Amino acid sequence: MDVPKTIKETQEGLLKKDFSAVDLVDEYLARIEKNKDLNAFITVTGENAYKQAKHFDDSNDSSGKDFLKDNPLAGVVVAHKDLFLTKGVRTTAGSKVLDSYVPAYSATVVRKLEDAGCIMLGKTNCDAWAHGSSGENSDFGPTKNPWNKDYVPGGSSSGSAVAVAKQMTLIATGTDTGGSVRLPANFCGVVGLKPTYGAVSRYGIVAMASSLDSVGHFGNSVEDVEKVFAVTRGEDGYDATVKTVTSDQYPVTSGKRKLRIGIPKEYFVEGLDREVEKAVLEATEVFKKKGAELVDVSLPHTKYAISVYYIIQPAEVSSNLGRYDGIRYGNDRASFGDEAKRRIMLGSYVLSAGYYDAYYLKAMKVRSKIIEDFDEVFEKVDAIVAPVSPTPPFKLGEKTSDPLKMYLADIYTVAANLAGIPGLSIPSGFNKAGLPLGFQLLGPRFSENTLFELGKIFEGKNVKRI
Amino acid sequence: MGMGSLSKDDVLHVAKLAKLTLTEAEIEKFRKQLSEIISYISQLSEVDTRAVEPTSQTTGLTNVYRPDEVKSEKSLGQEEALSGTDQTHNGYFKVKAILEERSDK
Repeated sequence: MDVPKTIKETQEGLLKKDFSAVDLVDEYLARIEKNKDLNAFITVTGENAYKQAKHFDDSNDSSGKDFLKDNPLAGVVVAHKDLFLTKGVRTTAGSKVLDSYVPAYSATVVRKLEDAGCIMLGKTNCDAWAHGSSGENSDFGPTKNPWNKDYVPGGSSSGSAVAVAKQMTLIATGTDTGGSVRLPANFCGVVGLKPTYGAVSRYGIVAMASSLDSVGHFGNSVEDVEKVFAVTRGEDGYDATVKTVTSDQYPVTSGKRKLRIGIPKEYFVEGLDREVEKAVLEATEVFKKKGAELVDVSLPHTKYAISVYYIIQPAEVSSNLGRYDGIRYGNDRASFGDEAKRRIMLGSYVLSAGYYDAYYLKAMKVRSKIIEDFDEVFEKVDAIVAPVSPTPPFKLGEKTSDPLKMYLADIYTVAANLAGIPGLSIPSGFNKAGLPLGFQLLGPRFSENTLFELGKIFEGKNVKRI
Repeated sequence: MGMGSLSKDDVLHVAKLAKLTLTEAEIEKFRKQLSEIISYISQLSEVDTRAVEPTSQTTGLTNVYRPDEVKSEKSLGQEEALSGTDQTHNGYFKVKAILEERSDK
């Protein structure tokens, strides 16, 4: 059977009994098995999935449509990035340090999705500790691009993006510290949301860089990602950075006035691939045709974003990875891979006596300038349209020996994390080589509603699926 | 030492701070790679930040408090807390000795 493409189709089919939840699990597990060579999953939880599916089918027999009211994601299959703690199910963070770690509790997002009726299929592959832009830093082997296996799927939430693209799951979770949801979404041709910093609880998710980490979602459509976010957002009492924002505080702007979209001139410079640039500009034309106003804007500190990010992020990484001592759980520090070692040392260096002011404090100050840039621009526009990556997916192995070159792939994504603003990565087509192209929408803090609205306007255009 | 150029001792120093053990080959590889990265990020020195406050929190939250109460449903039991290791003793984590016996006794 063909699996349904959206949450709506899934739930309608289940309620009409065109198929059962067990049928769906059968089909998704078969697809996971068939696509094993893409290395998208680290752990598949088939037994658990059948248990949850049977529970749905039983409830569907007894309560029918009412079931969806209390369980808005009932029957929706999900795969979690292996950074999300799942009680009783091995969680590795893509690292050999945690290769046999079985958590005693689940992340808030995992629990919320389960409570909303989701069926978990397994845990997806990722760059170890979420350190990477290509998926090649996983200690469990690289994930492959679903459109061409010689290319990277983008990182670090690689397996989640690949699983959604190849319909090995309907939705998936990820984390975005410097682009780790938006970049793989872009390279795999799916929708990826990086919410506002503090919109979704990070409790129970392996921490990378705590002033930047945000928890995001993948789906085949903007509407699906919006539905998942509606469940995951809000305070849980376990993550003090979470702020509950009601939709009244940030209402949808549609119908009230013309939406204004900013095009930042600093993003369209040398180094930006021609086909990527064309795709982004074509997207702006779609918005213009649908009635939005395009405005040229400037983010003058853009060129410093990578430097600021690659000081603050490794500094926080070195602190967060300090807890892995191999005593309470996991293996000892000899099990860290190269990229983790590099970031831990870089972070220790910029925080160490004599260098703190020149690097870490300086970076926190330039971070303020980057935030100021965005705040000023958002006085004038509702959202910004930008490339996600300077290039389309690159070949496996192309950048692995040159970490700086790999870091520069994050040039268009890290600024959103530094500023704590939301980003929505949307696919728009393919380049001549048949690899996905797309763009991202960035908005003011807690403006996810506007981004969803714009995303749905764009989706009127038909996008090819696998 | 110029900005961005790390010596072997610098690498050993940060490795020690971070409790990482490196092989000789790793020391040279990381020395070169870290030097390149640090040389790149040193571009920040050209930004005028004299009147700028540093940012570490982006959504404007300051201290967030909750009552200091023990809630059993929010805590792990002893068995759960110890479930990640087989190195336990009488309900405690077992660690390697950190002190050595005196040699002058």
